[in-house]
Amino acid sequence: MTELSVSTTAAGHVPQVPLPEAPPKVTVRNLNFYYGEHHALKNINLTLGTNRVTAFIGPSGCGKSTLLRIFNRMYDLYPGQRATGQLMLDQTNILDPKLDLNLLRARVGMVFQKPTPFPMTIYENIAFGIRLYEKISKSEMDDRVEKALRGGALWNEVKDKLNASGLSLSGGQQQRLCIARTVAVRPEVILFDEPCSALDPISTAKVEELIQELSEDYTIAIVTHNMQQAARVSDKTAFMYLGELIEFDDTNKIFTSPSDRRTQDYITGRFG
Amino acid sequence: MIPGIMIEGRQAMASEHTAKAFDSDLQELTRLVAEMGGLVERMITESVDALIRRDVALGKRVVAADIEIDNLQRVIEERAVLTIARRQPMAIDLREIVSAMRVATDLERIGDLAKNMGKRVAALESDFQPLKLIRGLEHMTDLVLSQVKSVLDAYAAHDLPAAMNVWKGDEEVDAICTSLFRELLTYMMEDPRNISFCIHLMFCAKNIERIGDHATNIAETVFYMIEGQQITDKRPKGDMTNFATTVPGNT
Repeated sequence: MTELSVSTTAAGHVPQVPLPEAPPKVTVRNLNFYYGEHHALKNINLTLGTNRVTAFIGPSGCGKSTLLRIFNRMYDLYPGQRATGQLMLDQTNILDPKLDLNLLRARVGMVFQKPTPFPMTIYENIAFGIRLYEKISKSEMDDRVEKALRGGALWNEVKDKLNASGLSLSGGQQQRLCIARTVAVRPEVILFDEPCSALDPISTAKVEELIQELSEDYTIAIVTHNMQQAARVSDKTAFMYLGELIEFDDTNKIFTSPSDRRTQDYITGRFG
Repeated sequence: MIPGIMIEGRQAMASEHTAKAFDSDLQELTRLVAEMGGLVERMITESVDALIRRDVALGKRVVAADIEIDNLQRVIEERAVLTIARRQPMAIDLREIVSAMRVATDLERIGDLAKNMGKRVAALESDFQPLKLIRGLEHMTDLVLSQVKSVLDAYAAHDLPAAMNVWKGDEEVDAICTSLFRELLTYMMEDPRNISFCIHLMFCAKNIERIGDHATNIAETVFYMIEGQQITDKRPKGDMTNFATTVPGNT
């Protein structure tokens, strides 16, 4: 009789296939931020990968919107706010006080929570931003406006009424108009601050699909309270809590088996 | 295996969701799986009892009990799907719900295997009943039953080391199964009148061995539920019945 001997091995496991590292577009090193005395962001370190969608999640007041607003120096609009540490967009130091903010904001575009179309025609909403940075002919401008509206997945809906007011569009269309306006100046990075919180589910789905398409050409950062949205649209997810970056990892990992207990409690709805 | 992760799983179980109804949904799922597990354990015991004592009535009761198992599996699956639709569970919650569905599927299969043994009781007409065979079958059943019990306890308690013991412990069951096969072959060669009885018993031994395999499946599910990853390592296996022949020296 043959002896039955099979060696027992320790349990191994399949690590989830990690996302390949993308070349860094925005690099954050030891970033601290203060609203006057209040220390709002504490020693943040992370990298936005080129052409990746990075989602920022966390409870209200965790600093995720603050962080987003540092990426294009929005905080400069208010006195008493300051940032320390290092924040690089490729080789440009975003925190450099001598930096031309208009140029920075052309490179780093932003889409807000509520659609903010200008009170002018659909065409002018797009052309306005382009004129700030470039002098181009009428035919070139027509071309750029069409491209931008196509980029915002809005062209087919508005091509016959470019002279209608931007305010006449539905909420979802207005938000896509704002995205088109952002895309029109050919930024490198697009920041989305709760872009779908004021939209119905269909418009939300359209904007989410648009974000996926835009990631082919742009580096994207999105702040969202909708965890399923973060899980759907992003490649990387950062969980923030009380001004600290708690966990930053592949989205697939964060939403199936996060490493930190606080991340798990938050995404499973056990917080507080 | 990292003990810290296990503790984390337990803690996560302990703390409550902001939406309390979500907690009761999850608890209900766990309770249903436990109920199903208890029924399945009883089916295994009774089917082998019926086999050994040639108790046809008990065999029939085991067959009838399988309907209840099938129903429970359906209920668990429906509840799980509904919870996913309602709560969009993430991380440990998602893994727990998926695990409940997987465990229920394994338990349903175990129920089928026990039912199959219950059916065979009526077919065992011969008086031929070598004690050694019966002892072997009993021993194998005891082992498998303790595997099933341990793995269900490990599932309920989120106890990873206990689940891994079950995962590694299936080898002995396989070895007994292999030796039973060899013995049954010998009896069949000795007297062709034994063939019908031995074939039925052979299927029963294989059924019990398969139940052991389902217990290891559940252990793998427990690993996934706690660790968030799948096991890749090959499980130690001792089932050599695929290679059992009547040629001397080749078994």
